[in-house]
Amino acid sequence: MSAIEIFDLARTALGYGLLAIGSLAALIGAIGLLRLPEFYTRAHAAGITDTLGALGVLLGLAVLSPDLLTALKLIVVLVVALFASPTSCHALARAAFRSGVRPALDGNRPPPTVPGE
Amino acid sequence: MEDFLMIGLLLVLCATGIAIAFMRDLLVVAMLSGIFSFVCCAVFVLFDAPDVAFTEACVGAGVSTVLTIAAIRLTGRREKREGRRASVLGLTLACICGLALIYGTLELPRFGDPRAPSQTHVAPHYIDRTAEEVGVPNIVTAVLGSYRGYDTMGETVVVFTAALGVLILLGGAQSRPLRRGDAPARKDQDVVLRGIAALFIPMTLFLAPYVQFHGAYSPGGGFQAGAILGGAMILYALVFGIDRLNQLVPERVLRVIAALGVLTYGGTGVVTVLLGHRFLDYDALGARPAGQQIGLTAIELGVFMTVACVMIILYQRFASRGDQ
Amino acid sequence: MLFAAVAALFATLALALIRAVAGPTVFDRVLALNLIGTKTILLIAVLGFATDRFDFIDIALVYAVLNLIGTVAVMRYLIGEKERA
Repeated sequence: MSAIEIFDLARTALGYGLLAIGSLAALIGAIGLLRLPEFYTRAHAAGITDTLGALGVLLGLAVLSPDLLTALKLIVVLVVALFASPTSCHALARAAFRSGVRPALDGNRPPPTVPGE
Repeated sequence: MEDFLMIGLLLVLCATGIAIAFMRDLLVVAMLSGIFSFVCCAVFVLFDAPDVAFTEACVGAGVSTVLTIAAIRLTGRREKREGRRASVLGLTLACICGLALIYGTLELPRFGDPRAPSQTHVAPHYIDRTAEEVGVPNIVTAVLGSYRGYDTMGETVVVFTAALGVLILLGGAQSRPLRRGDAPARKDQDVVLRGIAALFIPMTLFLAPYVQFHGAYSPGGGFQAGAILGGAMILYALVFGIDRLNQLVPERVLRVIAALGVLTYGGTGVVTVLLGHRFLDYDALGARPAGQQIGLTAIELGVFMTVACVMIILYQRFASRGDQ
Repeated sequence: MLFAAVAALFATLALALIRAVAGPTVFDRVLALNLIGTKTILLIAVLGFATDRFDFIDIALVYAVLNLIGTVAVMRYLIGEKERA
């Protein structure tokens, strides 16, 4: 096979692989959202897999895209999502804490009263 | 595959709609409406309608949810439990109206029928003749701005009238702009949010003109760009405080600009009449396709001004009043 | 392969909707809303690729930017509610 064909094959394989990782991460996050016991654990699952899923899917699409402009646009969407997704999760957790939702801890430790304890 | 996805998305829409109808907590209803908007956008994408999906994204993603929540601050969060007996007269009237409408649709051509009059006469004209008559690649923009310019003017006036209605209904105490020595209003002390907003707001301010001027070539246009700009300003108010926004863009300035937007649109029509042609006939502005493109640019600018200012006015009105 | 990605993303959407309707606190619902928003962005991007219409990426970009506004608005309302109470 010529070099170009090998390159195309590698590109397609990488793209589909990243796409698979991203979709799988998203699915795992949704399952975690349903099955985990309380809010902060769900926020953890949703926040991590949100970002990882976006990273995988958008990077995979960027690798598979036919021209450079589309790839660049997808990278811009990825950067925006990379900034916005953890911020929303942080804002949510902070608002929940200030509204009185406390994490369920083991019986020995007292519940935190200030964020970051 | 597409059929399964379409059925799945429509089922999700049904489920969301039923949930909205039965929820009593209005904040949850606002969020479910946001979900409804997201899934609608995906459905439009499946229908291969990018302009509609774009508009749904711009309006439904940020502005619609924020305005609903700002309204909930004024009205309270829980819906009162009505009496157990539903109104029989109301139910009967609604059923009669619904059945009459369904009976009326039986006469229409089937959905997507290729032999329907709109598919055999109107649509081929737009598709074949846009390139030579209007000269823009995006046929949807050509239809909105040139072939159906009256409808879009009606749209712009409706948006402006909605703002007038809100201003009249919620009139009264306005928020003063900040003066020196005033205590700053409640705003977010969170470092992360302020930093991210400082990144996002300028980027959105760049996105709005791109969408506006690229509307002739790709999905976009005046309405979407106005909604994006309104969203950026609302984010500024959410993170840095409504008083800062009132200081930056006072409401009286926004009212003037919104009216100027409608004036630009109608004014283009008046100019074409004064030049001897019909109302909004862009041939008066120059030979095709150059005259058409001048007219399109002018009216898209008018729509953009009106929509952006109306979004900000509505949010300012709702948010300022809640602090009384 | 793209079809599998679309199916996985749609399944994520449906599962998150269940949490949005059933979540005991309002924060669970906002979490689900956030998740649905991000997954819609990805779904639209992948659908654009699957149908060879690359205009849809502009829609994904706009959603990515504006998604933040809704979440921040809900957060401000909830914190404000606690302060008013």
